Amino acid sequence: MSLTPTQVRHIAKLARLTLSDSEVEKFSRELTQILDYIEKLKEVKTEGVEPMSQITGLGNVTRADGIAECPATTEALLAVSPLPIVDQQIETPSALG
Amino acid sequence: MLSSLTIAQAHERLKNKSLSAVELARSCIERIESVDTSLNAVVHRNFDRALEEAKKADKKGTFDHPLAGIPYLAKDVFCEEGVPTTACSNILKDKDFIPPFDSTTTKRLKEKSAVSLGKTNTDEFTMGASTETSCYGVTKNPWDRTRVAGGSSGGSAAAVAADECLFALGTDTGGSIRQPAGFCGCTGLKVTYGRTSRYGVLSMASSLDSIGVLTKTVEDAAIVLGAIAGKDPLDATTGGMPVPDYTQTLRKGVKGMKIGLPKEYFIKGMDPQVETAVRAAAKVYVSLGATIVDVSLPHSPYAIATYYVIVPSEVSSNMARYDGVRFGHTVPERDSLIEYYERVRSSGFGDEVKRRIMIGTYALSAGYYDAYYRQAQKVRTLIKHDFEQAFENVDCLLAPVAPTPAFKIGAHTGDPVQMYLEDIFTAPVNLAGIPGLSIPCGFSKTVTPSGVGELPVGMQLLGPQWGEEVILRAGYAYEQATEWHNKRPTLS
Repeated sequence: MSLTPTQVRHIAKLARLTLSDSEVEKFSRELTQILDYIEKLKEVKTEGVEPMSQITGLGNVTRADGIAECPATTEALLAVSPLPIVDQQIETPSALG
Repeated sequence: MLSSLTIAQAHERLKNKSLSAVELARSCIERIESVDTSLNAVVHRNFDRALEEAKKADKKGTFDHPLAGIPYLAKDVFCEEGVPTTACSNILKDKDFIPPFDSTTTKRLKEKSAVSLGKTNTDEFTMGASTETSCYGVTKNPWDRTRVAGGSSGGSAAAVAADECLFALGTDTGGSIRQPAGFCGCTGLKVTYGRTSRYGVLSMASSLDSIGVLTKTVEDAAIVLGAIAGKDPLDATTGGMPVPDYTQTLRKGVKGMKIGLPKEYFIKGMDPQVETAVRAAAKVYVSLGATIVDVSLPHSPYAIATYYVIVPSEVSSNMARYDGVRFGHTVPERDSLIEYYERVRSSGFGDEVKRRIMIGTYALSAGYYDAYYRQAQKVRTLIKHDFEQAFENVDCLLAPVAPTPAFKIGAHTGDPVQMYLEDIFTAPVNLAGIPGLSIPCGFSKTVTPSGVGELPVGMQLLGPQWGEEVILRAGYAYEQATEWHNKRPTLS
């Protein structure tokens, strides 16, 4: 299994990453190595085996639908944003470009 | 040196007033100031507040809880109100993320009046086995500064081994507490998944991450576990299992205990000195009245492949939140939102994080999901089943922590798969969700810059799900019969 530079560019785009040409070359090689190693999993016979969905053995976990206090204030949470704050909202670049 | 005390020793002295919490905190601070320039274990220092907290503990003066007035360090992924928390990543370091809230673990420690000294180095977002992916640079092994301290909790392990604190918090997703504890010669406890709360700890792989502790002795690990374990409404995966007083059952000994040696953990290519040390530990257990039996965990050879499908898949999802909007790194170009995300993430994340995000994105994409993710989750079921079968016949398992002692800085940085194989003996434990305790069991002779030196060798005791008591008991018995845990590196 090998990943072509075109595939790596496509995956990076899906993951919201941009890569330079030299990074594409490097990651194509490294990701191929990793995928080659992972191929090992195909050797394991798993017919009739249930995939693990969780490890704790807990069933549904529910809580009362009540109002709980948030440990941090709105102002404190907004203060950690690197973007401008306008009317208690974070001003992001335009989604419409 | 006061900072070299164990929690149990310091507590006794605080209680009988032959020591104050301020003196103890000062001793750790002085130690960090004198040795950390060469180790690089501590990345955020919180000394002024630590001294204030220590003063408060002295003023109260009762020291009811064994952790009251005890100074500790937390891995740089634990949110602590007012203290920088950056996961050692440029994506959070650029504008230091200073959380306005506490993780459940640091909150519980605060309630017991433990004294937080600051944050320790880790691989970026805990992705690594050597702390070499940290944006602050590698942590050096206190026993040989040309070698790694292990990882990802390498800063915590080095800090405990170098007596910079009395204990440290860590996280273990595939060995990140146990392997650095083994490399640095301290005690490391990875708990059952769900035993401790993950709330407020920056996630790597949510179905595998566990919160644990690095200490100087097994007794200390039992003390800290008792303080941080238990159900948390803010983490729904914390089970309602009762939390026993772990210090009460420690001294029960191992007479009649059945301990299994998994044959898949003694493999070709491992350092013979590691194998010798672990087999010698098995003999110690026999002399203490335990029985040693051979067991098999047949799916072990597939654990790393399973792990490196599940982890990147979860990473690709967990890392989506780092987009330069709510916290962390930003860039000046703000013309379009999508391009903004791409610029922030590409300049903020390091290579290992990018590799994992991309492998995960690929493994979860349409057409590949069944072959990778679903197959990995099936093999995970088989690995868990291996352990369950083994625990039908034995009380706990004994195995090496890693195939070799600490490796040289830079030895694996050009080869991601080789770095992944570092987790070969530790990752299966996370896949099965069971607890593991890493303790020192000997030394390996090796060539160092100043001649022939010694590097610690670690062994791990593995218990059934929720079975922390049995491994702590077995670990304590071994520690009482040996002296390895008392050896400390010489640091100037």
